Amino acid sequence: MHAYTTTQALVTILVIAAVTFFTRAFPFLLFGRKGNPPGYVLYLGKVLPPAIIAMLVVYCLKGVTPFTYPYGLPELISVTAVVALHVWKRNNLLSIFGGTALYMILVQVVFR
Amino acid sequence: MNKKTFQAALSATIPVMLGYLSIGIAFGVMLQTQAGYNFLWAGGMSVIIYAGSMQYLAVDLLARGAGLLEVVVMTLLVNSRHMVYGLSMLTKFKGMGKRKWYMIFSLTDETYALLSSARVPVGVEPKSYYFTIALLDQSYWIMGSLIGAVAGSLIPFSTQGIDFAMTALFVVICTDQWLTYPTRIPAILGAACALVALILVGASNMLIPAMLALILIFFIGRKQIEPKFDVMKTANGQEG
Repeated sequence: MHAYTTTQALVTILVIAAVTFFTRAFPFLLFGRKGNPPGYVLYLGKVLPPAIIAMLVVYCLKGVTPFTYPYGLPELISVTAVVALHVWKRNNLLSIFGGTALYMILVQVVFR
Repeated sequence: MNKKTFQAALSATIPVMLGYLSIGIAFGVMLQTQAGYNFLWAGGMSVIIYAGSMQYLAVDLLARGAGLLEVVVMTLLVNSRHMVYGLSMLTKFKGMGKRKWYMIFSLTDETYALLSSARVPVGVEPKSYYFTIALLDQSYWIMGSLIGAVAGSLIPFSTQGIDFAMTALFVVICTDQWLTYPTRIPAILGAACALVALILVGASNMLIPAMLALILIFFIGRKQIEPKFDVMKTANGQEG
């Protein structure tokens, strides 16, 4: 059974889509017109990418449980492997595939 | 879009392909089993919403028939990080004509990560390279949700853990930036804000306070941080 009627479900989905698009378009609507955006906006545009990538790494690992089994070990080992592979070979695909395969083995076989 | 552009974009997006296919499949399965909506709904949502974490939450909203106000507020909160992403794409998307609207629509975490770290291969036109990356990423997401909704229970081996590809992608980009950027301060601040927010407010609500704190710190420290960026050397590592 559905909690919504079909119309209600469609409206909900359309609203989510519209609000999502609004959040993505917001800076362009605000600063995307003719002329250059103000200096602080360009400054944020420069410093935010590395900061947010680092933030997303932490966010991806948010489910890790350092104090209960498996103590974040699969994540710790796999992230270390990705960094080591990448510093060594600088090959994006090798680092990502290698790390992911290792992680899958760790969570499926080793730390069951 | 020529063949070379397509091949370059395809190879750049393979990590996202792994990640999106697997979490897209999970979304399709969840929408089918928890909310009772079939592949048409899963595919349709991935075409017009196209936001991973929000679509996961939407399963819950649809399953319990949440009120519209709650839907609006939740979408705003969960996706507010995208407001920040556009800031670094203002100049990158300039002069893309009609494709710019699609670029804005499709600016997910992963596409943002790829675009902000993209090194356009020699002989490839940057704008169509960016556009192809964005388009491929969404196609993986749509495919994943369709597969999940139709055949989620039929996959013969365990894919548990395959979503780590997404984490690995961010780690790789972070490592690249760590090694090539003139300053590591932004990366350290970003990770620190995220960690503090994770500890203080917990996993599900961490991103918004973390980003607000980060932006505040960047404003306060602008005089110290900005000069370090102006000596930025061009990142000239090899292609992946």
